[in-house]
Amino acid sequence: MTQAATAQPEPPKADDYIIQVRDLVVKYGERTVLDGINLDVKRGEVFVILGGSGCGKSTLLRNLVGLMRPHSGTILIDGKDFTAMNDEERIEIRRRLGMCFQGSALFNSMTIGDNVALPLREHTRLEASTIDIMTKIKLELVGLGGFDEYMPSQLSGGMKKRAGLARAMAMDPDIIFYDEPSAGLDPIVAAGLDSLIRKMQHTFNLTSVVVTHEMESVKLIADRVVMLLKGRVVGLGTLDELRQNDHPFVQQFFAREPDDESTGNANYLESLTA
Amino acid sequence: MTYLLGYTGRSTLNLLYAAATVCVLMVDTVNWTFIQPLRGRGIRMRSAVEHFVEFGVRSMPIVGLICFLIGVIMALNAAGTLATWGATRYIANLVGVSSLRELAPLMTAILITGRSGSAITAEIGTMKVAEEIDALNVMGLNPTKFLVVPKFLAMLCAVPCATVLSMLIMIFGGYCVSVYYVGVDSGIYIDQTLEALEMKDFVTGMVKSVFFAVVICWVGVFRGFQVEGGAEGVGRQTTSSVVTSIMFIIFVDLVWTVLFY
Repeated sequence: MTQAATAQPEPPKADDYIIQVRDLVVKYGERTVLDGINLDVKRGEVFVILGGSGCGKSTLLRNLVGLMRPHSGTILIDGKDFTAMNDEERIEIRRRLGMCFQGSALFNSMTIGDNVALPLREHTRLEASTIDIMTKIKLELVGLGGFDEYMPSQLSGGMKKRAGLARAMAMDPDIIFYDEPSAGLDPIVAAGLDSLIRKMQHTFNLTSVVVTHEMESVKLIADRVVMLLKGRVVGLGTLDELRQNDHPFVQQFFAREPDDESTGNANYLESLTA
Repeated sequence: MTYLLGYTGRSTLNLLYAAATVCVLMVDTVNWTFIQPLRGRGIRMRSAVEHFVEFGVRSMPIVGLICFLIGVIMALNAAGTLATWGATRYIANLVGVSSLRELAPLMTAILITGRSGSAITAEIGTMKVAEEIDALNVMGLNPTKFLVVPKFLAMLCAVPCATVLSMLIMIFGGYCVSVYYVGVDSGIYIDQTLEALEMKDFVTGMVKSVFFAVVICWVGVFRGFQVEGGAEGVGRQTTSSVVTSIMFIIFVDLVWTVLFY
């Protein structure tokens, strides 16, 4: 393992940005989903993308990992323009990214061990025994030591997400993306996952980008937060800075107040047709 | 009227889009199967062998049974007419030529479509729904190399192999009826079969079977990648995969029959 475990991570430097998004516009057909997003993620921080359903936060994540190509704008990862790369270069960059999917996306036809070992087998020329040891270490790291012979269908939801994290960690990435890590989990398991996200960031000085709508986990894990509404940034900063933000949506989100039912539904329909 | 025009336009655009997607898929598959391995990018051989066993070996019981029965049916149907002319020995010609040129490749392909073409669509479709395809992409693993190429190679071997066996089994079906039911002499039947068959018949059948394999694989994969939504989408595309595949198999069959006429 290249990244040695350190007891205390260095605090992120003020302007050491690992991800820089500039004027990102994403469209599905005629419909604009993301409209001029600007944001920066510092090296080694936990950056949370927050927003209501359908605000474009998953779309933003898919663009950041290169699963979608934006309509316009740039995404710089470590200073290199991810959107203008050819396939070879994208594959190179992607090896430094890890992603935890909402439904874990483990390959159901393989054991947990094979799932974690897969990127190592495909991307490196390591000995089988070395890969075996590395797989066991990664699984140990997420608290799933001894589970390598199990099939994904035999694990609980929380365990699957942990296994997904182990797989995302397999190549020792610089940045790790989490799509709704606590979705569909009970509060105890979700809290366990939150502390795991923190642990990863502490241990490996890992940059984490987390998409969520759970305020509870945001309070626990977030260094900085961006809040999206209808494809635009309405707030960006630490949680305390965001609390001071007087945008009505931000206040509503923090106060956990419901939309006025009639306008809420009308707004949603409008967002679908606009 | 506007509705009609809109419908026609949309269907045409969808069709063109599908055609373009299939072309990209074809180029990609051929690239990763034949060109990239020469540049030192390996092929997942183990997976290909596993798929060969699944597509070819495991389908043999049902393919064998159906082909035997078709051989029997052909011989029985022919026997009635040919007996009037005292020409029952020509059952061998009929069964032999139609098996090799037409029925063995076609039946094998249709059965493998139903069995494995649908399985390919369902597998890829389920993976797409569960974000597994996205996961491959994020890990920098090409889904074509990872999922399509092993299936493509396996299909390319399995269908022709199964077809050769089907040909033999179909002729054997005809043999059984002629010898044990109609009363043709066993030696005469075999001589007659060997005399009737030419190399060209066999080549026609094999060429067809290779193209059928390509159709089954590509339609299955294409439909799998088209899956949207959840389990319902998988079901819809699986049905559509089998229907489209059989349609194209018969179309390809027609083209090669005309070319080898």
